[in-house]
Amino acid sequence: MGFQGIGAAVRRKEDARFLSGSGHYTDDINRPGQLYASIRRADRPHARIVGIDTAAASAMPGVVAVYTGADLQADNVGGLPCGWQVKNKDGTPMAEPPHPVLAVGKVRHVGDPVAVAIAATRQQAKDAAEQLAITWQDLPAAGSIKDALAPGAALVHDDVPGNICYDWHLGDKAAVDAAFAAAARIVRLDLTNNRLIPNAMEPRAAVGEFDRATGEHTLYTTSQNPHVIRLLMGAFVLHLPESRLRVVAPDVGGGFGSKIYHYAEEAIVTWAAGKLARPVKWTAERTESFISDAHGRDHVSTAEMALDKDGNFLALHVKTLANMGAYLSTFAPCIPTYLYATLLAGVYKTPAIYAEVKAVFTNTVPVDAYRGAGRPEAAYLLERLVDVIARDTGIDKVTLRRRNFIPADAFPYHTPVALQYDSGNYQATLDAALKAADWSGFPARRAAAHVKGKLRGIGISTYIEACGIAPSAVVGSLGARAGLYEVANVRVHPTGGVSVFTGAHSHGQGHETTFAQIVSDQLGVPFDQVEVVHGDTAKIPFGMGTYGSRSLAVGGSAMMKAMDKIIAKGKRIAAHLMEASVEDIEFKSGTFSVAGTDKSKTLGEIALTAYVPHNYPIDELEPGLEETAFYDPKNFTFPAGCHVAEVEIDPDTGAASVVSFVAVDDVGRVINPMIVEGQVQGGVAQGIGQALLEGAVYDGNGQIVTGSMMDYTIPRADDLPSIKVGTETTLCTHNPLGVKGCGEVGAIGSPPAIVNAVVDALAEYDVRHIDMPLAPQKIWSIIRAGRPPMAAE
Amino acid sequence: MYDFTYQKPSSVADAAKLLSADAEAKALAGGMTLIPVLKQRLNKPSTLVDLAGTGLAGISVAGGKVRIGAMTTHAAVAGSAEVRKAIPALATLAGGIGDKEVRHRGTIGGSLANNDPTADYSAAALALGAAIVTNKRTIAADDYFQGMFTTALEPGELITAVEFPVPEKAAYTKFPNPASRYAIVGVFVAQGPSRGPSGVRVAVTGASESGVFRHKAMEAALAKSFSAAALADIATSAEGLNSDIHASAEYRAHLIGVMARRAVAAAG
Ligand SMILES: Cc1cc2nc3c(=O)[nH]c(=O)nc-3n(C[C@H](O)[C@H](O)[C@H](O)COP(=O)(O)OP(=O)(O)OC[C@H]3O[C@@H](n4cnc5c(N)ncnc54)[C@H](O)[C@@H]3O)c2cc1C
Repeated sequence: MGFQGIGAAVRRKEDARFLSGSGHYTDDINRPGQLYASIRRADRPHARIVGIDTAAASAMPGVVAVYTGADLQADNVGGLPCGWQVKNKDGTPMAEPPHPVLAVGKVRHVGDPVAVAIAATRQQAKDAAEQLAITWQDLPAAGSIKDALAPGAALVHDDVPGNICYDWHLGDKAAVDAAFAAAARIVRLDLTNNRLIPNAMEPRAAVGEFDRATGEHTLYTTSQNPHVIRLLMGAFVLHLPESRLRVVAPDVGGGFGSKIYHYAEEAIVTWAAGKLARPVKWTAERTESFISDAHGRDHVSTAEMALDKDGNFLALHVKTLANMGAYLSTFAPCIPTYLYATLLAGVYKTPAIYAEVKAVFTNTVPVDAYRGAGRPEAAYLLERLVDVIARDTGIDKVTLRRRNFIPADAFPYHTPVALQYDSGNYQATLDAALKAADWSGFPARRAAAHVKGKLRGIGISTYIEACGIAPSAVVGSLGARAGLYEVANVRVHPTGGVSVFTGAHSHGQGHETTFAQIVSDQLGVPFDQVEVVHGDTAKIPFGMGTYGSRSLAVGGSAMMKAMDKIIAKGKRIAAHLMEASVEDIEFKSGTFSVAGTDKSKTLGEIALTAYVPHNYPIDELEPGLEETAFYDPKNFTFPAGCHVAEVEIDPDTGAASVVSFVAVDDVGRVINPMIVEGQVQGGVAQGIGQALLEGAVYDGNGQIVTGSMMDYTIPRADDLPSIKVGTETTLCTHNPLGVKGCGEVGAIGSPPAIVNAVVDALAEYDVRHIDMPLAPQKIWSIIRAGRPPMAAE
Repeated sequence: MYDFTYQKPSSVADAAKLLSADAEAKALAGGMTLIPVLKQRLNKPSTLVDLAGTGLAGISVAGGKVRIGAMTTHAAVAGSAEVRKAIPALATLAGGIGDKEVRHRGTIGGSLANNDPTADYSAAALALGAAIVTNKRTIAADDYFQGMFTTALEPGELITAVEFPVPEKAAYTKFPNPASRYAIVGVFVAQGPSRGPSGVRVAVTGASESGVFRHKAMEAALAKSFSAAALADIATSAEGLNSDIHASAEYRAHLIGVMARRAVAAAG
């Protein structure tokens, strides 16, 4: 076994379990006496509930209970809380309409939960839910941002005028106006960011259980952050103290953001299990996932850049409309504001920026963070705009970018949109990507493609993002209703093995491997003797979970702090054992030694002494070797990089395919290059999905058209090229590992690179912009409207 | 899924008996269409009569015909050396249906019985002038397809095999729906020896509201000159073609031309 510490491409520990079918997911959990819940959902986008007749359903075989919104209200069950309050331009708070667990009065989107049937078997529960007789009064619906803002539009919430959740802004309007007035040129681009449906491989599931003896409720759930669920559900929905509510998120099969939020089903099974004193299980069918998991993106924007005569960026003005869906999901309000507009400087030194964001309620599934969360929308807008500026001004797109980059010696760099970038080198990632992509050899490849009858284009994006969310004081001042630190408990066992209890949650990221590498590296314990435990509020002190590529930057830093404490205590024990002074004890590679002597003790010996304290400084030191640390980051981290895509278009059909893709990212220190490569490739796959294939479609009446995988195109292996991944590192300056985060860069940097490449391929058809997804028909329409196509045969 | 009873008869005769005895009973082949429909509770059969034990799988080539048993999977057709030798276009078509899992469960009989307007086999059957053999009779492909999800099969009638006359040349080209991989437009082109008066047949699937159809204008042009160039000036009307989020009727009309020219070029 070679080196397995920081920087080694160690194979993922957890994969043996996952690949051999021995993973333990929520739906694998079955408790004695368990019942099954089936949710009856709205099949219409907007309607008043005139009445629900539960009599027939309640009398069906196996049915134990049927509950509606009224039952929950009568039992004082609260609504689903929103974890972030955004303020309007005038300082007033956003509109925050109630989000009942089961609909009360009316339903607001297809999929809105209306009632639950609980029965002895899954089929019986489903039969009963289907038999519920609901009398509806249909209402006109607003199925899109445009419809919701139209004069006289239906109101999603009766007391939210104009369907506006908030009208928010950031930046210096006066400075931007002045720069626009003096500009040599203004370039404008209107664009949308398509709505995406997450589709984690594992559908959501939840099992509620109640122990009559102890009064403890347990919820097993497919969550990215069990402690947050305990906090939200306990404090706001079910009014249970932490001591009586345990939340377990076991193996989770992908989240991409969609499993951050507190969902109705979690509250339903927990509450019902308490009422019935029997375990209650719910597992989503894929069709339910499409209409009940929070969707992502869905922006309509206008961007304008003021330029001087040389193409230097003077000022940026962005107006964005963001779809919130029918209710505010847990973190929805912060995505198109603090995770979006704050990134509009990108990697450029644009001196003045002003962003205005209106969040809009519609009769659609709630929208919240999805891999990248706000940053892909910002990167896409900027990187498309930069390409359009290059086109309109005739300046080479690489030169234009270089000219406007924040220089490598300008860090720390304050942007005009509230962030302070700590480190980066955008020229370096750009240079490395251009080289890896053989940028200069492109004309020959384009010519060769022409001979085959294909249109070939190349596209670039130089993006930045913000990870490691976040300093609690900062996010608190911006409206977050939670702190965003992370927690680690490191337990060195008497026989020298180590368990790490982390508040981060792994659902595909490989924490059991990378975290073990860090511990192995720091404490000198063999990799195989490090166990990483996550996902259970009964085992882990606290935690804020995994999203926003924060696990390593925040959770890893908490581990480092806890290990520092372990080492400090170990030194005191070692000093006692070796009769030296603490200052003279050095710790390296798992060994405590007395400086300048050959006296030493291994960590194992120290641990044994700590738990068997016969010869021990018992008057000044407690036995045991276990430490907990909370780490609150000082700043966000700022991964950045350059992606280059090459596409080929079949001009006869309009079908575009990505034929090569290079990503060179600066993710800070790399703990495991194999996992970084996999994370980036997975993100790029989703980026290719967004750029070419995916897009949620609602019809004019608010019915979802892409309600299954027969219509909604998830990228498959044969839609993807081989994705080349490289890294160029500048270290994060404010966390102990120097790490930045790699989970989302792929999904953030890739869509603009691909769209830029397609637009480039269509250069001879005089195209300025095409909205995603770049489906064949769209491209064909452009080709048809342009010159006659080349002969294919 | 609603409750149903399950039967697995060991002969076609027994299967037919079970089906004719109960109007609510349904045949089950690979289940690739039927099971999802049941899961969505869109259908409520009393009994599923599984055809897996009826001995209907198998491929034989003789007398200028490829005969494929109704329960033969798409993967078996795609992987058959005999099919690949006799009608390579048919093996290619089968290999391009759905995904691997679907190809290892879905059957030719199930596909033709279901007659999804975007399915692939219907184009081959129509263009090759296949005969659909049932437990009661033999139906010419020209008479078999009667609009989307509608066929000449009578209640309780079972497909037992499909016979494809071996052509001189043939090719199938498909523009798949990016999500489902069914055909947005699929064109099967076949020539000779005895394919109607003109000797050429062009069948189009995926495109029309009324299911698979023969493109007579293309057939006439190809009968004069079997070349992609012969199709250059033949426009297809968008009228009566499907329109959905992936492809408008106009786009489908255009794709019919592209796919047909590519099929002819591929047939050589
Ligand atoms: C994800 C997915 C992708 C697909 N993609 C494609 C594609 O690209 N192209 C394509 O052509 N198809 C596609 N299919 C369909 C698939 O190829 C099957 O052929 C099709 O589902 C029917 O075959 P089956 O054997 O599964 O029939 P079943 O689902 O078992 O039966 C279908 C119907 O036919 C009846 N039936 C079955 N066998 C007989 C028989 N011998 N006689 C009379 N009636 C019978 C059944 O009663 C039922 O009504 C796809 C399916 C899926 C799920």
